[in-house]
Amino acid sequence: MYKIIKKEQLTPLIYSLEIEAPRIACSAKPGQFLIVRPSDNGERTPLTICDYDPQRGSVRIVVQIAGVSSNKICMAKEGDLLYDVAGPLGKPSDFMELPEKELRSCRYLFVAGGVGAAPVYPQAKYLFERGAYVDVIIGARNKDLIIMEDEMRKVCSNLYICTDDGSKGEKGVVTLLMERLCNNGDAGNSGGGKYDMCVAIGPMVMMKFAAITAKKLGLPITVSLNTLMVDGTGMCGACRVSVAGQTMFACVDGPEFNGYDVDFDEAMRRQTLYKKQEQQANAEAGLDFLNGRK
Amino acid sequence: MPERIDRVPVREQDPKVRATNFEEVCFGYDAQEAKREASRCLACKKPRCVEACPVSIKIPEFISAVHKGDFEAAYQIINIDSSLPAICGRVCPQETQCEGSCILGIKGQPVSIGKLERFVADNAMVNGSKASSIPAKNGKRVAVVGSGPAGLACAYDLAKLGYDVTIFESLHKAGGVLTYGIPEFRLPKNAVVEKEIQKLLDMGIKIETNVFVGRTVTIDYLLDKEGFAAVFVGTGAGLPLFLGIDGENLNGVFSANEYLTRSNLMQAFSNEADTPIFRAKKVCVVGGGNVAMDAARTALRLGAEVTVVYRRSEKELPARVEEVHHAKEEGIEFRLLANPVEILGDESGWVKGIKCIKMELGEPDSSGRRSPVPIQGSEFEIETDCVIVALGTKINRLIADTTPGLETDKTGRLLTNQTATSRAGVFAGGDVVTGAATVILAMGEGRKAAAAIHKYISG
Ligand SMILES: Cc1cc2nc3c(=O)[nH]c(=O)nc-3n(C[C@H](O)[C@H](O)[C@H](O)COP(=O)(O)OP(=O)(O)OC[C@H]3O[C@@H](n4cnc5c(N)ncnc54)[C@H](O)[C@@H]3O)c2cc1C
Ligand SMILES: Cc1cc2nc3c(=O)[nH]c(=O)nc-3n(C[C@H](O)[C@H](O)[C@H](O)COP(=O)(O)OP(=O)(O)OC[C@H]3O[C@@H](n4cnc5c(N)ncnc54)[C@H](O)[C@@H]3O)c2cc1C
Ligand code: SF4
Ligand code: SF4
Ligand code: FES
Repeated sequence: MYKIIKKEQLTPLIYSLEIEAPRIACSAKPGQFLIVRPSDNGERTPLTICDYDPQRGSVRIVVQIAGVSSNKICMAKEGDLLYDVAGPLGKPSDFMELPEKELRSCRYLFVAGGVGAAPVYPQAKYLFERGAYVDVIIGARNKDLIIMEDEMRKVCSNLYICTDDGSKGEKGVVTLLMERLCNNGDAGNSGGGKYDMCVAIGPMVMMKFAAITAKKLGLPITVSLNTLMVDGTGMCGACRVSVAGQTMFACVDGPEFNGYDVDFDEAMRRQTLYKKQEQQANAEAGLDFLNGRK
Repeated sequence: MPERIDRVPVREQDPKVRATNFEEVCFGYDAQEAKREASRCLACKKPRCVEACPVSIKIPEFISAVHKGDFEAAYQIINIDSSLPAICGRVCPQETQCEGSCILGIKGQPVSIGKLERFVADNAMVNGSKASSIPAKNGKRVAVVGSGPAGLACAYDLAKLGYDVTIFESLHKAGGVLTYGIPEFRLPKNAVVEKEIQKLLDMGIKIETNVFVGRTVTIDYLLDKEGFAAVFVGTGAGLPLFLGIDGENLNGVFSANEYLTRSNLMQAFSNEADTPIFRAKKVCVVGGGNVAMDAARTALRLGAEVTVVYRRSEKELPARVEEVHHAKEEGIEFRLLANPVEILGDESGWVKGIKCIKMELGEPDSSGRRSPVPIQGSEFEIETDCVIVALGTKINRLIADTTPGLETDKTGRLLTNQTATSRAGVFAGGDVVTGAATVILAMGEGRKAAAAIHKYISG
């Protein structure tokens, strides 16, 4: 059992939880995720490691209520026990293999969609602390869904915010900001246009368009795929995706892949496999307000 | 000479009833039936059955004890060679092992060795017979990676020798394939698998779940930092193979591992569980092994009409004979000598059918089985809204990739010599060494490794 040692509500639907998990805290790296099973009959739910502290022996996750399982996790209280927390799973981000000297001259552009700010955070932090130039775009539907703004600001060179409805930051979608930062540079940006690498994490559809945009801009891009998963250890194939025409398992071959190569349309379709059952489960759990959302 | 009687039939759930529930199909013998069946054994001087049992259980001896009604003695005899008799009695392919060689099988029906073994083990569980007393600890620690039959058997033997054993398991529940793969209706979880695992816990063996070795900790870490004197790797062959044909990523196509894991480990067949499972009207299962039979019979119990597609003929079906027989009784249809060439989808990307080609048997291949050859122009379609692929599994390379000096063959199997790997202090056995095999072989390897580890540590 894994104790929740700290819990915070970030928005009406997004919570941050710090969990006691000493083994995982010692081995976690940016880009990796956990499988959390909240209760005895609970689902194995994949969630990115948003932060880790080997000294405290804890890991942090940031969870958006999307259905029954994420709701169970978010409704747990400080001091409560989660049944199972397994990890770290998946491959660490590619840049973990680069020598620190090389990182110092790297220029990264991160694109975070909604709760995607959580997985972006440990990556930006790792790179920024090692002297890389790091710009971050956080996009969301409205200002209530923007999370981790202050923390993020501390681990990047520039933070840009945009919302679909203009309630915070610029009005518009992340891809517009991507294009502008790459083509024109920005007032706050010392030297726009010369990123070495883009990393986009958020809803599948956002990553799809971020990848299309990046390709247009000639910018390499990594995406982190939130496919359906069961075991998260390569045993079931539920997480399979087509990458450059080959079948890959997101949990062991990923979750990060070259954004140019991912078949996003297939990945989005596969995410809807249990839609009917999920909606029914949400209704039974009194979460029917979620069904109208994307 | 004992009087010649026919093999005592075993009571089973009615096929029509059991097709709608997940309870165990076979009820097993009661004491009277067991004694009567035991009376058939000729107690051969040179028992062919023992030679054909991968762990050489003293079959005539235990059967003779059953015949005398001394079930406790029978249990102790079996226990010398097998630590999981309640499981092996249920899932061993007896027809190709012990029973397949029984002398009585030449003219008539072999002794029902598996059912007798199961009876003895179940009876011992009910009576709470202890397999052995709790030994004094020798102060040495051994780590076992993976809690399938190989790992469980290895841990059990090491604990009997006084070692302080910790099993590390990546899933949230111990048991390996026994827990996530083989369904309840063949191998009850609470009544059998969990009881066998409890036996280990009672001996002081620790099981740490949610530890994915290679990610959470490495083998080197266990050896160098956590003070384990040796490590046994019994991580199985869990990575599912796919067909590599068009349409395999359509919605409604699953690996048998996924389907069975959802149903067994996650209990998705029950309304209490949060994990969903795809409930189709028609299901097509591709493959002919135990895994295919298990997926097909699970789908049937979830309300589907089920067809099994297999590329060879009935004779070559690798599944246990009993499972094929049960599957047929339950109403599963077999399309033999057929091989899928494409999975067909509708406009929105959901499965609507499977296109197959008819096969004929050609010359025997390297495995000695006649290899199937497609008959040109014989394609046909089966309408279905779900396809479950049960083609076998390969080995996860994680442990090899994260343990310097651990050698594998091209397919990822760990190379061993008498269970010792190329790394000092690291031993391995079960499917991770042999490729997908059987429970009894994995268990036997686990026990061999325990002996080798004991020798390695005690010098
Ligand atoms: C590697 C990875 C990292 C992730 N990191 C985070 C994170 O840091 N924070 C966060 O809030 N969410 C994250 N997710 C998504 C999270 O796992 C799902 O939102 C959650 O499983 C939904 O389950 P549910 O029962 O609450 O909702 P459901 O009612 O089951 O589903 C709601 C929606 O989520 C999708 N979904 C369902 N199950 C999964 C699943 N296992 N994986 C992905 N999508 C799913 C469904 O298609 C549906 O659209 C991550 C997913 C993956 C694979
Ligand atoms: C559906 C199905 C039906 C079968 N039916 C039969 C049958 O009727 N009769 C028969 O004899 N055989 C049958 N088999 C085959 C048999 O189950 C296997 O040969 C046997 O279980 C292999 O045992 P094992 O201990 O080597 O591995 P497994 O049982 O596969 O156990 C390996 C364990 O290691 C864990 N693991 C993997 N990697 C790691 C890691 N890095 N760190 C920690 N833990 C890890 C896994 O989660 C798993 O729990 C069947 C197999 C399947 C899939
Ligand atoms: S372990 Fe298997 S092969 Fe050996 S006697 Fe028992 S059922 Fe037969
Ligand atoms: S071969 Fe058959 S008859 Fe002979 S000892 Fe074995 S089980 Fe008994
Ligand atoms: S989640 Fe099962 S293989 Fe990836």
